Amino acid sequence: MSILVIAEHDNAGLKAATLNAVTAAAEIGARLGTDIHVLVAGADCGTVAEHATRIRGVTRVKVADAAHYGDQTAENLAALIVAVVDSSAGGYTHILAAATSNGKNTLPRVAALLDVAQISEIIAVVDVDTFVRPIYAGSALATVKSADAVKVITLRSTSFDAASQGGNAAIEAIPVGPDLGQAKLIGREMTRSARPELAAAKVIVAGGRGLASGENYHKLLEPLADKLGAALGASRAAVDAGFAPNDYQVGQTGKIVAPALYIAIGISGAIQHLAGMKDSRVIVAINKDPDAPIFQVADYGLVADLFQAVPELLAGL
Amino acid sequence: MKILVPVKRVVDYNIRVRVKADGSGVDLANVKMSMNPFDEIAVEEAMRLKEAGVATEVIAVSCGVVACQETLRTAMAIGADRSVLVETDIELQPLAVAKLLAAVAKKEAPQLIILGKQAIDDDANQTGQMLAALLGWPQATFASKVAIGDGKATVTREVDGGLETLEISLPAVVTTDLRLNEPRYATLPNIMKAKKKPMEIVKPAELGVDVAPRLTTVSVAEPPRRSAGIKVANVAALIDKLRNEARVIA
Ligand SMILES: Cc1cc2nc3c(=O)[nH]c(=O)nc-3n(C[C@H](O)[C@H](O)[C@H](O)COP(=O)(O)OP(=O)(O)OC[C@H]3O[C@@H](n4cnc5c(N)ncnc54)[C@H](O)[C@@H]3O)c2cc1C
Repeated sequence: MSILVIAEHDNAGLKAATLNAVTAAAEIGARLGTDIHVLVAGADCGTVAEHATRIRGVTRVKVADAAHYGDQTAENLAALIVAVVDSSAGGYTHILAAATSNGKNTLPRVAALLDVAQISEIIAVVDVDTFVRPIYAGSALATVKSADAVKVITLRSTSFDAASQGGNAAIEAIPVGPDLGQAKLIGREMTRSARPELAAAKVIVAGGRGLASGENYHKLLEPLADKLGAALGASRAAVDAGFAPNDYQVGQTGKIVAPALYIAIGISGAIQHLAGMKDSRVIVAINKDPDAPIFQVADYGLVADLFQAVPELLAGL
Repeated sequence: MKILVPVKRVVDYNIRVRVKADGSGVDLANVKMSMNPFDEIAVEEAMRLKEAGVATEVIAVSCGVVACQETLRTAMAIGADRSVLVETDIELQPLAVAKLLAAVAKKEAPQLIILGKQAIDDDANQTGQMLAALLGWPQATFASKVAIGDGKATVTREVDGGLETLEISLPAVVTTDLRLNEPRYATLPNIMKAKKKPMEIVKPAELGVDVAPRLTTVSVAEPPRRSAGIKVANVAALIDKLRNEARVIA
């Protein structure tokens, strides 16, 4: 029996979230004494597979290379994962993926096809069948136990360290499945930025409705982010108002982050926002309302008008 | 075409839930319940498709306890034509709900099922994808724009790096994200009208679905609290703390 980790990648490179997934798999694998395999499904994804072989703890990298896996559409991908599970001689006890938009999109489909539950966004492994996951926007942590033969799991990258390099896994090309032809990618509008990726950034500068306009958001926060080498983030209100693109949203229904430093500017601290950032190591809040709930989680709170405080902060760094 | 809109009754998003002292779950006694906000967005989208002449009938479905009737009445007050309640007192998990919805979908034969991407109670984000899998239909999750064409849907999705647009064949499952639309409020006359709209009540057994939970909750605990921080007097003090106490900036 082995554990299968689904690689997160863009055909050219392996995404860091895969390394966190391997660590979660290793925590389970250590209890079972089982191997960890990584599945790379993509188009011209040889480089990704190579990279995956070097992750410490991985013994085998299964590669399904075909044009119809290039866009990671859930229908083709889920069918492939199920075929991999069904055809594997030793069988798989667990299937894991990071809770990225791809992981969240595909894994429940896999679980349903296997007729098993999915355990979403685990933050800790208690035992081979028992896991901790936040519920109610992180207001509670549930410990759940699965009775299914195969455990299908997504995990929060922020809760598991990245697996290190130094592995030497074997590559196995596996048979590709058919193109189901149910979904076709017809366009992509990716947010271009030279700044670090939000989910993996060490420092995040996040802005909320208090910035009052998209222009202010950019004018005030971008220089600060650049000075700190930070990623930009936003509250839902800032995204809804068009100050920032959708993929900047931090929170219960956006991205979960845990940087070394999170600076919340003009963000009130609604529970849905806190759900996405309260595990940050150091939280700074700048808000003119001394009673804003964000101050309850902030290590350093500054009650001030952001239009004065942010330029001053930039000048002082 | 028919649109099926699954809706879930959840704790209102403004409520801060408390963990029960015995760690068996969260305290839901006398707590305000509402329709899951993402499902409100789904009902709204279905109504817009009906108003645009794309859909002919909108059917709301809910699975759960008797009180889910209220959630269905809300959906009908927003505009759904009729509703189905799959009634049970058993704790329903996403796989069971997906199976129940698949059984309803087989009877109703909708061309589109549109539902919230996640419920704000269990935060599972599974049901739509599972439903699509069980029906063998394509899916477009986390939708911020939906256009229905000839036998297909063009859906813009909110993904990690930005937006992507998929073309999927119908019938299909779409799950909603926050930016899809801003749901309308039900007006008083429509709330009155909704009371007279048909609601069918079925039991899981009549649909031939085994809803037994696959996961057991061992315990529910409060998350660790962050220790209280301090307020700094000015920007200079903030920079000093970040540099010399927290050591997070150079
Ligand atoms: C289903 C659902 C899902 C949600 N998911 C998320 C999510 O994932 N992420 C998320 O963030 N939210 C989410 N929300 C929304 C959440 O409930 C809040 O509405 C949102 O986080 C508020 O954003 P905000 O703090 O920017 O705005 P507000 O709450 O309006 O706060 C603005 C703050 O700016 C301060 N301010 C104003 N002017 C100034 C100034 N000049 N100087 C300094 N401070 C100033 C104000 O004092 C205030 O505290 C969700 C809501 C629902 C219903």
